[in-house]
Amino acid sequence: MIDTVVQVELPVDETLAIKKHRITPQSGGNRKRLSIVTGIHGDELEGQYVCYELSRRINEHPEYLKGTVDIYPAANPFGIDSITRGIPAFDLDMNRIFPGSTNGDMNEYIAAEIIKDLTQSDLCLDIHASNIYLTEMPQIRINELHRDRLLPYAKLANIDFIWVHGASTVLESTLAYSLNTRDVPTLVVEMGVGMRITKEYGNQLVTGIFRLMQELSIWEGPVDEVKQPIISEKPEEVAFLNAPVSGIFIKDTCHGIYVKKGDHIGSIVDPLAGICLQNITAPATGLLFTIREYPVVDEGSLLARILIK
Amino acid sequence: MERNTLFEIKALYRDNFRVTGFTFGSGDDSICIVGSMRGNENQQLYACSKLVKKLSELEQERRIRSGKKILIIPCANPYSVNIRKRFWTIDNTDINRMFPGYSLGETTQRISAGVFEAIKNYKYGIQFASFYMPGIFLPHVRMMKTGYENIDLAKEFGLPYVVLHNPRPFDTTTLNYNWQVWGTNAFSIYTTTTAAISESSADQAVEAILNFMSKQDIIDYRADEGYISKVVDGHDIISVRTKKSGFFMPETAAGKKVKKGSLLAKLTDTYTGELKDEIYSPVNGTIFFMHDAPMVYSNTAVFKIIQAE
Ligand SMILES: [Zn+2]
Repeated sequence: MIDTVVQVELPVDETLAIKKHRITPQSGGNRKRLSIVTGIHGDELEGQYVCYELSRRINEHPEYLKGTVDIYPAANPFGIDSITRGIPAFDLDMNRIFPGSTNGDMNEYIAAEIIKDLTQSDLCLDIHASNIYLTEMPQIRINELHRDRLLPYAKLANIDFIWVHGASTVLESTLAYSLNTRDVPTLVVEMGVGMRITKEYGNQLVTGIFRLMQELSIWEGPVDEVKQPIISEKPEEVAFLNAPVSGIFIKDTCHGIYVKKGDHIGSIVDPLAGICLQNITAPATGLLFTIREYPVVDEGSLLARILIK
Repeated sequence: MERNTLFEIKALYRDNFRVTGFTFGSGDDSICIVGSMRGNENQQLYACSKLVKKLSELEQERRIRSGKKILIIPCANPYSVNIRKRFWTIDNTDINRMFPGYSLGETTQRISAGVFEAIKNYKYGIQFASFYMPGIFLPHVRMMKTGYENIDLAKEFGLPYVVLHNPRPFDTTTLNYNWQVWGTNAFSIYTTTTAAISESSADQAVEAILNFMSKQDIIDYRADEGYISKVVDGHDIISVRTKKSGFFMPETAAGKKVKKGSLLAKLTDTYTGELKDEIYSPVNGTIFFMHDAPMVYSNTAVFKIIQAE
């Protein structure tokens, strides 16, 4: 069943609606509920495939479904339609306005209604795709404030890596923070890259979602074995590599591999002068879990992140 | 007057990114004024340019007090202004959400760090700020209630209003907040406009700053005394929101006094021209902010009214 979560009338002959697909058991079943949200950042599309594939696989065997699965594929439809990370017309990051306000402006109102709709969930996944600049290994990011509650779920999600990061006031306006403080355990998945779909990662996460559904007694069908993720809990375990100069970054390696300190990662070149400005090497030994995908870099642009071994 | 490059990044295909400062007088870091940080803040830049001109004249007339140094940074983000993009060119981040900055971090963190390093020890700090929604404000000084704010000092600008508000989660990364944390008496000055230039409002802001400098004995200047500022708590400003979308036809203007029940604006249908809604004032008061774009979404705060006592 397709439901409208919230809708707003626009100035010229159009209604903006946030929709969800609710999948319920054929008969009976329990009151458990899993919610999948994606598209808060309009240029992150990895979650689109996950939403599609999840409902496709459920619908192949509806008899195994014992609880409710709610799929919200487009929290920011304007952004998705216009290849815009934020909310166009407002130049606003939607993941900085939660929990919103029913008395607030259009965006705050939409945010508040989304939160209201999600609060009865037993578990929520908010699927992101890094951004258009970086490719990420499938990972779950957890605010240290919610570590104990979320870690057991995150371990079942069939992702490669769990990153427990420090609290920050800025993150208090994310969907995940708002839900976690409202007692809805919410996992933030980051995987792949903006503006693209990486089917392999999508399939990997869908397997994890079925494992989580089994854990919540929402799914009684067979479930594949899930990966043991690497868990990082200390800030000093992650090394950041930022561009030392502005230029064009030529990537010579892939994310998801182990690198040694000093290993060649790529180079920053100047196509005008035809020279290499800087060889880029690994600042530490470990797992290269993030790599720059977008070639144009300013001094300071993030090139890679390494989980130090 | 001395013109200095405070921060610089070498670029690939553009001229170097430079933050330029204008210094007047010498001695203690007395007062620093920062203009535009976003690409659409033309009025903020314009007001600073007038201030630079005025201070040059005062310096020639030896009316800057000895031992006092004044620093003006008309624009902390020329790259965005020059291409008419609101936020940072490559990654769309906001320099005014990156303070105090990080010199080894991402590009805009480096810019914020470079700027903050140059300005963090000033006794007084003023930023020409802008609102994210299109509209006209009454000129005012805005202060965050951080516990460090000095209201009596804010009144010395002689602007009509001093507005106090509670910090929101993202405020901790703004220049104003970090200035206050570092011991600077920090003020945000709002003139009437952002993208459009208002000559009279820029003049008023320049006069207010000169007035303030004169009262702090930084310059020898007989400023127009200005207003006896009214101090308003942000909570006491009444937002009047649209219930529908359409063409926005104001029946009043910023600065006008309104009575409870008086007509503030009409909304008309964008296709048929039919009246869709009328907006009435819920209180007696003064229009402090008015929306000024031709169309409006529903739930938009189109008026902010300061209630009459
Ligand atoms: Zn995202």
